[in-house]
Amino acid sequence: MELDEFFVTGEPLIYGGMVAIVLVSSAIIFILTYFKKWTWLWRDWLTTVDHKKIGIMYILSALAMLFRGGMDALMMRVQLAFPDMNFLAAQHYDEVFTTHGTVMIIFMAMPFLIGLMNIVVPLQIGARDFAFPYLNALSFWAFFFGAMLFNISFVIGGSPDAGWTSYTPLAGAAMSPGPGQNFYLLGLQLAGIGTLATGINLMVTILKLRAPGMKLFKMPIFSWSTLITCFIIIFAFPILTVALALLTIDRVFGSQFFTLTGEGLPMMWANLFWLWGHPEVYIVVLPAFGIFSEIIAAFAKKRLFGYTAMVWSIIIIAGLSFLVWVHHFFTMGAGAFVNSVFSISTMLIAVPTGVKIFNWLGTLHKSKIEFTTPMLWSLAFIPSFVMGGVTGVMLGMAAADFQFHNSYFLVAHFHYVLIAGTVFACFAGLIYWYPKMFNHKLNERLGKWSFWFFLIGFHVCFFPQYFIGLDGMPRRIFYSAPEWFTLNFISTVGAFGMGVGFAIFVYNIYYSLRYSERETDGDSWGVGRTLEWATPTPVPHYNFATLPEHLGYDAFMDMKENGETTYDKKKLKHIHMPSNSGKPIIMMAILSFASFALVFEWVTLAAIGLFGGIIMMIIRSFDYDEGYHVEVDEINEIERTARGLNNE
Amino acid sequence: MSEQELKSGPLEYQTEDGQLKIIGFWIFLAAELALFATLFATYAVLFGRTADGPTPGELFEAKSALIMTFLLLTSSFTCGIAIHEMRRGSKKGLITWLIITLILGLAFLGFEVDEFITYVHEGATIQTSAFWSGFFILTGTHGLHVTLGVGWATMILIQLFRRGITKVTSRKIFVVGLYWHFLDVVWIFIFTSVYLIGMVM
Ligand code: HEM
Ligand SMILES: [Cu+2]
Repeated sequence: MELDEFFVTGEPLIYGGMVAIVLVSSAIIFILTYFKKWTWLWRDWLTTVDHKKIGIMYILSALAMLFRGGMDALMMRVQLAFPDMNFLAAQHYDEVFTTHGTVMIIFMAMPFLIGLMNIVVPLQIGARDFAFPYLNALSFWAFFFGAMLFNISFVIGGSPDAGWTSYTPLAGAAMSPGPGQNFYLLGLQLAGIGTLATGINLMVTILKLRAPGMKLFKMPIFSWSTLITCFIIIFAFPILTVALALLTIDRVFGSQFFTLTGEGLPMMWANLFWLWGHPEVYIVVLPAFGIFSEIIAAFAKKRLFGYTAMVWSIIIIAGLSFLVWVHHFFTMGAGAFVNSVFSISTMLIAVPTGVKIFNWLGTLHKSKIEFTTPMLWSLAFIPSFVMGGVTGVMLGMAAADFQFHNSYFLVAHFHYVLIAGTVFACFAGLIYWYPKMFNHKLNERLGKWSFWFFLIGFHVCFFPQYFIGLDGMPRRIFYSAPEWFTLNFISTVGAFGMGVGFAIFVYNIYYSLRYSERETDGDSWGVGRTLEWATPTPVPHYNFATLPEHLGYDAFMDMKENGETTYDKKKLKHIHMPSNSGKPIIMMAILSFASFALVFEWVTLAAIGLFGGIIMMIIRSFDYDEGYHVEVDEINEIERTARGLNNE
Repeated sequence: MSEQELKSGPLEYQTEDGQLKIIGFWIFLAAELALFATLFATYAVLFGRTADGPTPGELFEAKSALIMTFLLLTSSFTCGIAIHEMRRGSKKGLITWLIITLILGLAFLGFEVDEFITYVHEGATIQTSAFWSGFFILTGTHGLHVTLGVGWATMILIQLFRRGITKVTSRKIFVVGLYWHFLDVVWIFIFTSVYLIGMVM
């Protein structure tokens, strides 16, 4: 292979990207070296098994991916702003919407939520860590290297261009030759395995490590939504693993699963993809529901209305999510009966979702709302999400879908649910739990600016798209006809509004790091109801000095009323903690090298990499490191400083 | 993750860590079930889509499939005995039966490889037709699992030699045992839905 085949050439935008990558990497290396931070980075972060730090790394990566996906979005919107634009050529546009969709869902939304789960869930349930801290680190690095592998495709080898759904036969070897599609397959495969491992890990954590006395039906709602999400992950992700593997084998080793020769079935890809893909939609939206529930109850200063109904509606939604996948291809000739069945199952989901909406409204009813930024995001979510949901029901009517299918109506719908549901929740959750992670709050004034820019930009961007869609503009085209000009232009303006909102958000992180007051109280907002607010801030690495016991719903509320804390000097015992380990990052680096080789179909090299991965597993198998103990004196010292009890 | 000691139950359940890992492994098996279910569904959908290549009726052979089934079922049985010996605290018994299990597993793999080679000579490869792609990937994934199982159990065997039956090694053996039985169950499905049905149709 020639070097100029290896690097993507001929596109000014991509040369710009290459220069940016080189500059940013050199800057990072320079700064780390100059300030002698390499050992700090390795010891405190890259080898950490602490769920709180891993969570922070997830969120930082997800924000970077939101930036990347957002740049893609803006590029597309620029291209569509005027008829006859020549900003992106057809091929480049295809690549951009493909990477945008994939990055947003797989490498932004899911990791962002998993990051929040990492940080919050063990604290909420009164646990000291994940059930398997080492595996947790492994999962993170699987996601991280998967994301990197996918992202370098635009400078090395070329990006995938068959849409985030990668339908066959378009995505097969015959019609998408070259490495682009392989990047998609292997990047997702690596990240997906990490997600599956996280699902198992969190499920065991929640089932087995709850503080003594915390019954399942007394568990905070975000932890509940996490538990159900794990359930979906465990049954949906293996389907993705298989689908990706089969297509990889088709492309690299010439099997015939999805080809047109050899009597393969391209439709089988659509089925497998959406059997995973629809549940995936709920994997990114159920935790979001959990976050909103926590925040709404906290700032309405009321107990969550209809807790049990909330839990059951999550469970029912999770079950139904596996029964609707065919609504993604009503128009592909399944016949009236099949379409009707899936049409009905689709619309059924609106019922438990409606229950949730009424419960949020019930919580707000007659309450004293405190309008902090996390609360603003949560309040804005309700009407925005309803608009997405109602149009979803419209799409779910099979007959009508023949009109809406693959038009901008659909693009508007799924952005309404994904952004109002997931992205708002990510922002809300990050701001809400920020003091737990970083020992200071984000600035509220800047937070509100970013909120209003983003919210207004969001509606200006996507609301017109319903009408562009009804006017007949298809999705995934790089050309906008003159009669769609006005609405398209408005939409692009809105997109830039969201861009500004995001930029303010990022600036706020920097600003608050420098200027925000440091926290002194663990219950930063003063309205905390659940256990994570019972820990001091910053949270000690072992989370709880003594495990709280006999917990009711809203456990921390009870503790506040009774003047209790999670630090009982008399009950202190030494705490067992796992040691840090460099093996997870090394193992995943090796496996991502193997994947990279397979992307270019260098099979021998890939096999060598895989062998390296196996060696790492063997090394782990012989590893009998049993961690270490934090002794009572040390705990005492840490808790006294953290709780400001120094002159006791 | 505390190493809290728990009084009752078999050795592998006596640390909290051991309990967590065993439950985690059960959940992992649920995911494996979803994985194999997807592969079975794929195979079923592609059944009969042999293009111009050979059909399963022409190639499948009752004898080798039966021998393979016999080998794997027996290995599941000997694996059970190994666990029983472990419970009795007999290191020697455990190691002996584990080695027998591994040998049976290897024999199974030998027959499978032999079968694959025969098919390839008769003109059925993963590239021949969608049906054969489905066949090789389904049985091959199972075979790969068995291979991994053999490798994994061998590593634990070495640890057993060195450390004897401890709370940690017993847990590892127990987990690998679960895995081995699981593969046996999957094989029963392969035997019926692939070989038996393939020969009849
Ligand atoms: C930040 C504002 C965003 C803007 C301006 C935006 C804009 C767009 C545009 C213009 C398209 C291409 C439509 C087409 O030509 O077919 C698109 C597709 C898509 N977007 Fe977004 N988007 C944004 C955020 C998001 C987020 C947050 C997600 C997911 C969490 C997301 C998921 C998707 C998906 C899945 C597709 C379909 C890709 C495909 O057709 O393969 N977007 N978006
Ligand atoms: Cu769907």
